[in-house]
Amino acid sequence: MYKYDHYDQALVDARVAEFRDQINRRIAGEITEDQFKPLRLMNGLYLQLHAYMLRVAIPYGTLDSRQMRMLAHIARKYDRDYGHFTTRQNIQYNWIKLEECADILEELATVEMHAIQTSGNCIRNISSDQYAGAAADEVTDPRPWAELLRQWSTFHPEFSYLPRKFKIAVIASPEDRAAMRLHDIGLELIRQDGVLGARVFVGGGMGRTPMIAPEINPFVKADDLLSYLEACLRVYNRYGRRDNIYKARIKILIHEIGADEYRRQVAEEFAHVKTLGIDPPLAELERITAFFAAPAYDAVDVETDRSDPDFAVWLDQNVKPHKQAGYAIVNISLKPIGGIPGDATSAQIDVMADLAERYSFDELRVTHAQNIVLPYVAKRDLYAVWQGLRDAELADANLDLISDIIACPGLDYCSLANARSIPVAQKIATRFADMDRQRDLGELKLKISGCINACGHHHAGHIGILGVDKKGVENYQLTFGGSGAEDVSIGKIIGPGFDEDGVVDAVEKATEVYKALRQGDERFIDTYRRVGLEPFKEAIYG
Amino acid sequence: MKLLTGNDLGSGAVTWWTGNGWSIHVEDAADVGEHGEAILHAEEGARRVNAPYIIDARTTADGPRPAHIKDRIRALGPTVRTDLTLKPADPAAGDWII
Repeated sequence: MYKYDHYDQALVDARVAEFRDQINRRIAGEITEDQFKPLRLMNGLYLQLHAYMLRVAIPYGTLDSRQMRMLAHIARKYDRDYGHFTTRQNIQYNWIKLEECADILEELATVEMHAIQTSGNCIRNISSDQYAGAAADEVTDPRPWAELLRQWSTFHPEFSYLPRKFKIAVIASPEDRAAMRLHDIGLELIRQDGVLGARVFVGGGMGRTPMIAPEINPFVKADDLLSYLEACLRVYNRYGRRDNIYKARIKILIHEIGADEYRRQVAEEFAHVKTLGIDPPLAELERITAFFAAPAYDAVDVETDRSDPDFAVWLDQNVKPHKQAGYAIVNISLKPIGGIPGDATSAQIDVMADLAERYSFDELRVTHAQNIVLPYVAKRDLYAVWQGLRDAELADANLDLISDIIACPGLDYCSLANARSIPVAQKIATRFADMDRQRDLGELKLKISGCINACGHHHAGHIGILGVDKKGVENYQLTFGGSGAEDVSIGKIIGPGFDEDGVVDAVEKATEVYKALRQGDERFIDTYRRVGLEPFKEAIYG
Repeated sequence: MKLLTGNDLGSGAVTWWTGNGWSIHVEDAADVGEHGEAILHAEEGARRVNAPYIIDARTTADGPRPAHIKDRIRALGPTVRTDLTLKPADPAAGDWII
């Protein structure tokens, strides 16, 4: 894992001191809320329905046990004993007091964490593949590149006031586990004739106008990557709309001028930027890469004892192959049946930290699906890890099944939401609580957003649910056919919306149609793509 | 009736204008009638409330009930964490919101 040098630490410490002063001035009445709001947002502090909410950055979803324990400590000391892991691989605290915020940030800084650029019209937390460094199919570890982008984008003077927020994802595998093409910029690291570079996709996103990012460049050499991204951002910063918040994202600019014209302008800008010497010297890249060296693997490959049936189910569902023989990737579901997707208590966060320290070379990952990963677990230790998780109620074996639901906080917490998301997730998970039934349905990605901003990624759900306000009453629209994976697609609305119970019934009917029509190993989305919407509509509305 | 609500500047807690101050309990809220805007500006200026706004509500036997579900959720707390609402022991609290 990357470790701060004195520049990183000084930067974060100075920011804490600056924000403490700004908070004090706000409380003293020296600045108004209108003046303070952009300052607090730059430090990840929102005002939500019930209190201030603090969003803490977890760069590319990677953290160690010391940092994880600090997250538990913050929840215990300053919040209400829990945190919410988000689709941006961050964590949010829902009950923060303004007068304690600087103290929280000061504590976070002691473990190389902060809340910088988790809000505002800047480059947000870089997201990545939660299996980075462990995935058998990766061409390289994407984390050094994500870290390089973090350093490049942190307090970037030119990109602190973009037309709108800007999200970047980096992956290095053909299997996309990070919804890469639904980002403002998506990078897929590849090798071409032995040379490392990236496919560059620009202009994707969800929100009220979902778009899949077109490929703007099929191969940018790694040596040129920062300059190329600088050019991508410069063109957006210059021509992105600032007159209309709903048309300010880069996806709208590229849609309006066309991918070809955007590509031409970026190429022109890149020719200039490349002369500025932005790309880091090899020594700096090597310095960063050294932090991500493979751990000291020492386990031999063993056959796992599957005699405990509950363990065997978890093994089949939540444990994934590792690139190193003798090791496995463990997914910890934060989606207990009837629970709140992405929430974990401070005690559970501590347990995950302990297990990581003992069994996963001290490292954890947060996934965009609001789960946690232990990336380096020796197969010999899997049963012990499972027992530890089970005792903390963290051993739900539902990864990628219908109850592994992404859900935004919705109207229960969020001031932007139109409808509640969490109760719908809870009801669907409870309806499908039977594990045999879930496993029979197989991979089915269900995602719920409480408003059109789509923080719950509903556009990318095999089944998506969007909560809307219909004359003061919560109403839920269903979409089918979305995917955030390498077979990326945007879901389509299937018809009129439902009330809370109605949408649960409709989901159940859709699964019955799937079961009746599926062929062979088809997933729900494969069957939907083959047969189309009509059989589903007929069952749901007929 | 019209209610004036906002969040406490320091704690962020939801607060309701009572006629002569602020309370975290919606049942203490007073009808501000036509005076909402004036009170809002005065209280915001005095830093006793953050992001205040005026809402519609109706009078019930249990006190004022905000017209919109969003403000009823603000009044009691998240419907999915009844242990964190202002009435954690009241099984009917959820019904009041919905």
